[in-house]
Amino acid sequence: MSQVKYTKDHEYIAVDGDTGTVGITDNAQHKLGDITFVEMPVVGRELKKGESAGVVESVKAASDVYTPVSGTVTEFNPALEDKPELVNEDAESAGWFFKIKIADASELAGLMDRDEYLAYAKEEDE
Amino acid sequence: MMSEPQSTHPSSAELRLTALNALHRELGAKLVPFAGYEMPLQYAAGIVKEHNHVRAAAGLFDVSHMGQARLEAPDFEAAARAVETLAPADILSLKPGRIRYTQLVNEQGGVIDDLMVTRTADGKGLSLIVNASRQEIDFAHIRAGLPAGIALTPQPERALLALQGPEAVAVLSRLIPGVERLCFMEHGVFHVKSEALFISRSGYTGEDGFEISVPTASAESLARQLLAEPEVLPIGLGARDTLRLEAGLPLYGQDMDEATSPVEAGLAFSIGKRRREQGGFPGAARIIAELSEGPARLRVGLKLEGRAAARTHMKVADTSGNIVGEVTSGAFTPTAAASVAMAYVPPALAEPGTQLAVEIRGVAQPARTVPMPFVPHNYARRA
Repeated sequence: MSQVKYTKDHEYIAVDGDTGTVGITDNAQHKLGDITFVEMPVVGRELKKGESAGVVESVKAASDVYTPVSGTVTEFNPALEDKPELVNEDAESAGWFFKIKIADASELAGLMDRDEYLAYAKEEDE
Repeated sequence: MMSEPQSTHPSSAELRLTALNALHRELGAKLVPFAGYEMPLQYAAGIVKEHNHVRAAAGLFDVSHMGQARLEAPDFEAAARAVETLAPADILSLKPGRIRYTQLVNEQGGVIDDLMVTRTADGKGLSLIVNASRQEIDFAHIRAGLPAGIALTPQPERALLALQGPEAVAVLSRLIPGVERLCFMEHGVFHVKSEALFISRSGYTGEDGFEISVPTASAESLARQLLAEPEVLPIGLGARDTLRLEAGLPLYGQDMDEATSPVEAGLAFSIGKRRREQGGFPGAARIIAELSEGPARLRVGLKLEGRAAARTHMKVADTSGNIVGEVTSGAFTPTAAASVAMAYVPPALAEPGTQLAVEIRGVAQPARTVPMPFVPHNYARRA
């Protein structure tokens, strides 16, 4: 059973051992609307926590996707290249963006758990 | 992740509301500030579904923010001559019940706004529809240019609805028989419950459809009647933008401004033959010279190879990497199923098939010029 953490920028990271799967939350995809393009980091790229790792574009705008933790990109989701709408359909599962080998597990402690994130997102909407 | 998209106009406590504002809220619209009005960006269906629905069936748009006005003149000829001193279209030859697209131009030949000029069905006068964001500037400019005895009367007491899509004619003729006899760019007055509706077969989507000027007090009930028809969904500004982009239709303030001439903007088709020969409109020297010698730059269509969207102000480069122009509008649009854009480039690079690139986040993304519209128009032209 993996542990899922959330950022204030509306990314999630599902942690399984020393690897995290990163994407944007269902709440975020809903706000962005129809997603038309996802630009993902190349495998092997080293990222620092909070760094822009890619871009998600909706019909109207482009938004950065920031990595929740530092580490090395090990994989990106090839399905999104032709079907970016997977992010709308299933943001927190089939619509994942990339996997990262976590450099420093202690960074996870600064992220929100699901209940904290849902409360944060709700507050932000008000 | 950033926050959700916003329109370019800052939020204001004093946004104007259209007659359909309560209905938009009831329908679950996401409302945004646009040109000083609170307008629906999208409804529950979302931009892509709304866009596709207009291409496949029929969609209802609230375009009440646009500026409607009448020209009060002793006769049609006086009104037409007055408009011809401000715009390069041939208005004198306009027949009763016909509509012409033109632009208000300044002394430098730049576009102050683009607008629709309608000769009323009785043939006596002219009415105008201008962009929401420009109406105050336009109305002041027109008034300053009118001779004595001709007056401009804005019509804030009227709302404007657009019903667009291949099923629009079936829907509207069910409620208002006779509208099906209008052809593209024709106008008529239709009486419903003793109220006069001004109906035009026109729009901003590339599809067949109608624009309906209705007294504000009756706008909501007409909108509800239209939405009750099985073919019709409400459509927001988001889909309006992707539809007009695919149709190759420029947006004032984005694809042209006061420095852009109608020739540069690819609108030479709207300049009448007599006007080209005789001039007599502001900026005629520049505009006529550009018609014969070609402009310095031209609005063109671009199609990108990848899915990344070319956005406003992104740079356009040639195959050697030299910056040759700028994107003015762009998106990955649903019907074209491609990343398409409008951009200004030198005429030598405007030929369809020219290989170019758009700089997106520091990377030159391959693109080529293509003819517009990106999606064929589907107008009910007179046979």
